[in-house]
Amino acid sequence: MSVFEFLMQPGSFDVILNIGAIVLKIAIVVAVAMFHVAYATYFERKVIGHMQVRMGPMEVGPHGLLQPVADMIKLFFKEDVIPTNADKPVFYLAPVISLTAALSSLAVIPFFDGFVIANINIGLLFILAASSVGTYGIILAGWASSSKYSFLGSLRSAAQVISYEVAMGLSLVGVIMMAGSLNLTDIVRAQADYPTGMFAVPQILGFFVFIVAAGAETNRSPFDLPEAENELVAGYFVEYSGMRFALFYAAEYIGMMIMGSLAVTCFLGGWTIPHFITGVLPFLDYVPGIVWFLLKLYFTIFFYYWIRATLPRYRYDQLMAIGWKLLIPLALLNILITGIIKIAI
Amino acid sequence: MVEWFFGYLAGAVILLSILVVLSRNPVHSVLWMLLMFLHVAGLYLLLNAEFLAATQVIVYAGAILVLFLFVVMLLNLKEELRIKRFTGGWPFRLLIAAGILIILKKVLDGFKVGFKGPWSIEAIEQATHTKALGKVLFTEYILPFEIASLILLVAIIGAVFLAKKRLRT
Repeated sequence: MSVFEFLMQPGSFDVILNIGAIVLKIAIVVAVAMFHVAYATYFERKVIGHMQVRMGPMEVGPHGLLQPVADMIKLFFKEDVIPTNADKPVFYLAPVISLTAALSSLAVIPFFDGFVIANINIGLLFILAASSVGTYGIILAGWASSSKYSFLGSLRSAAQVISYEVAMGLSLVGVIMMAGSLNLTDIVRAQADYPTGMFAVPQILGFFVFIVAAGAETNRSPFDLPEAENELVAGYFVEYSGMRFALFYAAEYIGMMIMGSLAVTCFLGGWTIPHFITGVLPFLDYVPGIVWFLLKLYFTIFFYYWIRATLPRYRYDQLMAIGWKLLIPLALLNILITGIIKIAI
Repeated sequence: MVEWFFGYLAGAVILLSILVVLSRNPVHSVLWMLLMFLHVAGLYLLLNAEFLAATQVIVYAGAILVLFLFVVMLLNLKEELRIKRFTGGWPFRLLIAAGILIILKKVLDGFKVGFKGPWSIEAIEQATHTKALGKVLFTEYILPFEIASLILLVAIIGAVFLAKKRLRT
């Protein structure tokens, strides 16, 4: 069937309209996410600056508000340096894998009621799968650069992500059991019907495990061993420059936002607020859901900045001990408790 | 439409499998394998088995293949050298391969559609694949499931025992 015949068929107009709507949705989500990435870097520097009694960026624009724009222009015009011994195709591919995996997770996150690009039944598993594919970007970047620093960084990252993914997956099992679904929209709805309005209260153990594991999964401090700057210069992306470096940077921040959004949708009630609050203050019902979602998301991201400004980095053996000897048993205990309560009630 | 998707996925799986074997750089082999696993996940999706597709990516691409990469990188394997073969006799091997192919053809010709259970495509679509799989796995096939988990537990304990340093008594 040629394209023309397809267009002449009855009903094909609806198909095109449908595809157009999806493309538009994707464009909006990606643009908003990229804007957030730019300003997440600004606020990270600002927040940590103020916590350490500094001002943070102040020069470009009022209060340094245009700093992300300046950074972007600088990264865009920087020379693209590729090491002589690098495995070129893999070197080119690594940042693309990282960013694509991070961006594709955005597709299943419900930002407010009814707004999700792909409302699939296995949304939660999809995010876990995408994050496990994203690891390849890091491992391959380290290997393809043929530099000892980046290689060590990528090996550390591989071991770290494998260990913490287990804990993260197990910590979400409690939520799945309570909601009875893997669909993120259904999970948010189940929380709205729950007396406390969010699963963070009954699933406090799972929430703790998830927050710690998410920090390790996105290489955030205090688990930023893959890029420990005082041992490995910058870890796996030390040989990357210009736009390729920017892709890694964007992937890292989007990864952080995905983990934040996952915490919001699975534990903090997504776009809803608990009924007992709207019972006291009924006018809050008129606030659109996206506002609540973003407020909760900003809080989780602020929390990660806060942790970074407060805690020193763990040693590698401590990192492994926390993952295997503390978080995984805790997550298993959480599943057991949830199961017993589910049967009892 | 579905046939086209299947054709693409099946063709890609075959091509990528060949590339895995033919790559001279072991890391590239692992990468082709990753791409192949993703296509296999696509095949599962085509069969309405979304849970299996996600698990395929999480378990095979996310865990097993990362360990492969780990080993390949730590052994620091170099590119394979092209050297002359020490043994001849490829016609004989070709004969064996052709024989296997004929047997496979016979097997496929004798293929009969098995009996139909209660889980038709419509029933699975209605109950969602994850729920259907869970129900069947934890009621009808609970014994095989438990046996499989016991075998895995034994393997884990064995690995821990082998890796553990000998403690002085």
